[in-house]
Amino acid sequence: MNDTHDNLIDDYRYGFSMPETSVHKTGTGLDASVVNEISAIKHEPDWMCQFRLNAYDIFQSKPLPKWGADLSAIDFDSITYYLKATEGQAKSWNDLPKEIKETYDRIGVPEAERGFLAGVSAQYESEVVYESINRELDRQGVIFCDMDTALKKYPEKVREYFGTLIPPHDNKFAALNSAVWSGGSFVYIPKGVHVHLPLQAYFRINAEAFGQFERTLIIADEGSFVHYTEGCTAPIYRSSSLHSAVVEIFAKKGARVRYTTVQNWSKNIYNLVTKRARADEDAIVEWVDCNIGSGITMKYPAVYLAGRGARGEVLSIAYAGREQHQDTGAKMVHLAPDTSSRVISKSISKDGGQTSYRGLIHIAKGAENARASVVCDALLIGQASRSDTYPSMDSKNASASIGHEATVEKIGTEKLLYLMSRGLSQSDAEGLLVNGFIEPVAKEIPFEYAIELNRLINLEMEGSVG
Amino acid sequence: MLTLNNLSVSIGNKQILHGISFHFETGKTYAIMGPNGSGKSTLASAVMGHPDFSIHPESSINMENDPLIGSAPHERAKKGLALSFQAPLALPGITLFDLMRVALEGKADPVDLHQKIDAYARELDINEELLKRSLNEGFSGGERKKFETLQIALLDPKVAIFDEIDTGVDVDALRTITAFLATHLSEKTTKIFITHSAKLLKAITPDEILVIKNGHLVATGGDELAHSIETSGFDRF
Repeated sequence: MNDTHDNLIDDYRYGFSMPETSVHKTGTGLDASVVNEISAIKHEPDWMCQFRLNAYDIFQSKPLPKWGADLSAIDFDSITYYLKATEGQAKSWNDLPKEIKETYDRIGVPEAERGFLAGVSAQYESEVVYESINRELDRQGVIFCDMDTALKKYPEKVREYFGTLIPPHDNKFAALNSAVWSGGSFVYIPKGVHVHLPLQAYFRINAEAFGQFERTLIIADEGSFVHYTEGCTAPIYRSSSLHSAVVEIFAKKGARVRYTTVQNWSKNIYNLVTKRARADEDAIVEWVDCNIGSGITMKYPAVYLAGRGARGEVLSIAYAGREQHQDTGAKMVHLAPDTSSRVISKSISKDGGQTSYRGLIHIAKGAENARASVVCDALLIGQASRSDTYPSMDSKNASASIGHEATVEKIGTEKLLYLMSRGLSQSDAEGLLVNGFIEPVAKEIPFEYAIELNRLINLEMEGSVG
Repeated sequence: MLTLNNLSVSIGNKQILHGISFHFETGKTYAIMGPNGSGKSTLASAVMGHPDFSIHPESSINMENDPLIGSAPHERAKKGLALSFQAPLALPGITLFDLMRVALEGKADPVDLHQKIDAYARELDINEELLKRSLNEGFSGGERKKFETLQIALLDPKVAIFDEIDTGVDVDALRTITAFLATHLSEKTTKIFITHSAKLLKAITPDEILVIKNGHLVATGGDELAHSIETSGFDRF
């Protein structure tokens, strides 16, 4: 049993680690002085320091949520809350330290950049160390930088929006992030500007028991369009790490924002993320959320449909193998008339893995003619795999139309026999069935991400067979 | 080519096949006949390696003197065995091309494969739109059988078993399918057609007919046996 488990860890493709080269590192554990220290290292304005300290108090006062995945094993005292990998930011690839370059080479960031991406902002530990912004974006007036830089260069804009959609008291982990956040992206798209290539950010944890608490804020002004994508890989460590991000999106009148995530943290990571968007009149917000890795994920991207005709979508894929629990879902809050939302959730549980769909559709009293549809499909492979659905519908308006469909399918002997009779091994057959199952969501993902996603899932499935 | 020796098969506690022995020769065409529920489909699935079936220890199945029992279905497929299913299941999100690309990985170039599938589909009167859809999803009985036929031809097997290729298929479609097989299956391929209907016999002209009833091989023979089944069914066995 132990041997198999070790092999699994060895198989993890991104399970290499580089010697730490940090110049700043807080001790383990968290108290008000650590929060002060982080703020001081970053030379932050006083309001941000106060925001952090207030959030720290809220974090301390809130109990761990009891309704979802089991979080009781998180040891907050063993986590390092801040670690800065290099002094300042590198302007170009060549300026990066060798180990960091090697790490990025292995996860393919330079290739991705060569693939004519609009802008690469790659986060190594808690500081953004490398970033290149396309001239075209500059010309269009698009701001795409790390959150620490944004706080220095655009303090008014940051202060206007930061923490207004997800305030620290929203939940314990939003409070934790608010207290110790570092890095993440700030994106501002001016009125009417369409960014045609996806903006990309790569996140990666490289210090044992080190929590990564990035903070992302996207503001899409009226009539603008942006697609933001993030991909995650992390090396393996013996003790648990915590990833707790906060992402806030503001889509103004007629704007459209798509946010795509392919999450592949290693199995010892707790991935506890709060993502929320506000869609004003006729705005569209789409979350495409793929969770393949981590030991435990709790994530329920939300859209607050605040303006008439606003539209929200969550398309999600969750894969849970042995000893994984993906507790994911979506929240659609209809606050205005003629708003519509769609949720498609596809989950795969294999070899005892557990997936849960937890969703909320809320239709407010004034939201005339709201339309909501939820489809959640679960695929079970192997013995003891588990999937649960917790849909919650709350309609205060009789004119609302809400649809909900849920299916559970077990990959049966007959289907496997059919595919194997064509010459496919069992793992190839299961991989093909899984790829087919997620196809409705996978086709919405940018091509290079879809390939990565299929590869990651197939890698996971191969590693767990036999 | 394919030899069944004293083949007995149980599903759960129920014995379905009782000591069937037969030698199928290279390149010949066979019809396995019998009333519904006689164990014909069980025979096909057992030869393919259905994991839920238990093969009795005294039984053996050999292909070119190579034992099949104990090997997984995909290993049998690699040895040159192929099965056209009686009721192929729908595969959401997987097109025929998706499946055959994996099945023929390393054997066929994807571009060539695409062209071959298109050409075969035209010969089989398969609507082009169906090639883009999930395999077997919402397909009619006839369409499913045409897709099975197409796959078997692509796999180019040494032994091809067709389980009720005629069921749910109209006369024209059956003619299309049998003509296609006559063109595209190698002369060396051993063809085994399982059917309960004597109508198929005219289209495939088998070299030999096997009759299975209640899990026993009760008769083998040629044209005379075919004629007798056509006129008086299976009651006399």
